[in-house]
Amino acid sequence: MTQPGGQYAAPEPDPGEFAVKDCALIAIATGLRAVTLGDLQDHLRVVALESLYYHFWGGLLQQRFEPREYNNDFAEWARHALHYAPLAERLAVLDPTDHPDLGDLRRELLDRVEESLYESEDLGWMHAIRPFEFIRCQTVVFDTDRRIRGPDELADVIPALPPSSLFYHFIDARRREPLGVDDFRAWLQGWGPDRQALIDRLSGVDPYEGGLNELRASLVAAFTGGEGA
Amino acid sequence: MSLLDQYAEVVGPAMIDHLAQLAAPLQGARVVHVNSTRVGGGVAEILGKLVPLTRELGVDAQWEVISGDQDFFQCTKNMHNGLQGSPVNLSERLVQAYETTTERAASLLGARLAEAEFVFIHDPQPAYLLRFFPERHGKWIWRCHIDVSHPYRPVWKYLRNIVGGYDASVFSLAAFAQALPCPEYIVPPSIDPLADKNIDLEDAELGAVRARFGLDPQRPLVVQVSRFDRFKDPVGVIHAFRLALRYLPRLQLVLAGGSASDDPEGDVVLQEVRSAAADDPDVHVLLLPADDHRTVNALQRCADVVLQKSLREGFGLTVTEAMWKHRPVIGGNTGGIRLQVFDHHTGYLVSTPEGAALRIRHLIARPDRIAEMGQKAHNLVRDNFLITRQLREYLTLMVALLHAARERIELG
Repeated sequence: MTQPGGQYAAPEPDPGEFAVKDCALIAIATGLRAVTLGDLQDHLRVVALESLYYHFWGGLLQQRFEPREYNNDFAEWARHALHYAPLAERLAVLDPTDHPDLGDLRRELLDRVEESLYESEDLGWMHAIRPFEFIRCQTVVFDTDRRIRGPDELADVIPALPPSSLFYHFIDARRREPLGVDDFRAWLQGWGPDRQALIDRLSGVDPYEGGLNELRASLVAAFTGGEGA
Repeated sequence: MSLLDQYAEVVGPAMIDHLAQLAAPLQGARVVHVNSTRVGGGVAEILGKLVPLTRELGVDAQWEVISGDQDFFQCTKNMHNGLQGSPVNLSERLVQAYETTTERAASLLGARLAEAEFVFIHDPQPAYLLRFFPERHGKWIWRCHIDVSHPYRPVWKYLRNIVGGYDASVFSLAAFAQALPCPEYIVPPSIDPLADKNIDLEDAELGAVRARFGLDPQRPLVVQVSRFDRFKDPVGVIHAFRLALRYLPRLQLVLAGGSASDDPEGDVVLQEVRSAAADDPDVHVLLLPADDHRTVNALQRCADVVLQKSLREGFGLTVTEAMWKHRPVIGGNTGGIRLQVFDHHTGYLVSTPEGAALRIRHLIARPDRIAEMGQKAHNLVRDNFLITRQLREYLTLMVALLHAARERIELG
């Protein structure tokens, strides 16, 4: 295409269409219950890795009436059932995306639990006011058959995307190889440097802050370049 | 208008699309739900709508009911109580009645169960059916609606030998699950927003119900709706009412319960409740027909605050119903009530009649708090505890079972 002045515009990059997918999670009890921190340590050693996924990410699909205090169920239990704030704080800063795989995350969790057990002998046998129930989940992913042809269309779609679809594309995607980033950024990278500002804004959206409705609001703000992005 | 269209008006079209996508790999599959009563109790109510809704999605769902004599239901009632922790006696005679009744039901249901791709067996009553289908074709799922976290061991030992043979089990909460060799899915139950028990009612209908039971619309009203069952602690509710009455002398109480054909103990507990109520004109003990859903609906809507002071609870669908109607709930701190009553948000969790009385006083004195909590309660149910969410999880479960133990299943 020739632009006024006789210069040729660079061809629009074509990363292909964005396939909108959705997912449904179903929880499965593992039968493992921790009543003490010692129990938690024992079960963490053997529980299926998918259980860690559920306890870090699955909570985002749950209803909340107050901002999420901790970003994973282990920290929440340490604080509100075991009443040991130092451990809760150490667990709360764990971000699964900092770890190459869930096995590595398991080792980090165990390190922090052991550190607390060294600090206080009582913690090994002190009973929590409610047990920690280890849960794992199965995820069914399906194609909605909806296709998005460009970044502007994606911006239009985000406000109406179901929470489970947001979860799949923005949160679940981070554990998928090879990129380990959300699907939106992964796709936008194919649209050339013009989209870098949007990608940077999306990088600043914290998936742990609030629930999926707050996440949607943050994504809308990122796409429109507004406040809260 | 199709059922799916009607639900789309309540939950939004996106949810219905979601259901259709999940049902796509299950088109034409034969699914049979089996329980032991067609009326009374939350299971029967939900199956009455879940099954036709599933059919509209292209899945060939059916609902079968097994029936039995007095010994059969005495045995299953004892099992029910035993699973919730009461020391009960499962005599040889009762167990024999249970097993022979189930065998008879198995011969009646025959091919329908043998050939189904999925069979959902609800609670202990029909659980023994599995034994009579060694050559079954499909996946059998035991759906337990009861809190079996602290069962009376002899009862659980007997039942574990039966339900351990299923392909999967489903519990309402992780805390309810006992160790079993099959996968134990977690699926909270739900209510039907379009059922007579939950639809919006005109003020005139509420007025008629008040007049019918002698309730004064100018005075505050607390209501507990549940079967007359000791685990629901109806006598504790009367105690709480009397404690609150000292500060709220105009308070009225309704204890309304239906009867279910599979609950032989209801009459005994009802007498205990009437005795505790004595002749207090402000304590209304109402025995309602099991299918009088509109009256239950109206009573919940007439209430300022709803109580569900259970000592043990499977899930507590009456809590869900009340919350759907924008009522905060004062609930026993047990079982599935904890999943619905978020302390200080959608109601209050209590452990004693004294605790219930304290919260009644607090809420009745603050109508603005009732309105605020009621709105949160309604939103919680809309997003988590309607029948469409439960159907979504059953469809997910069936798809998951088709793909064995895979953690992630990609369709399409």
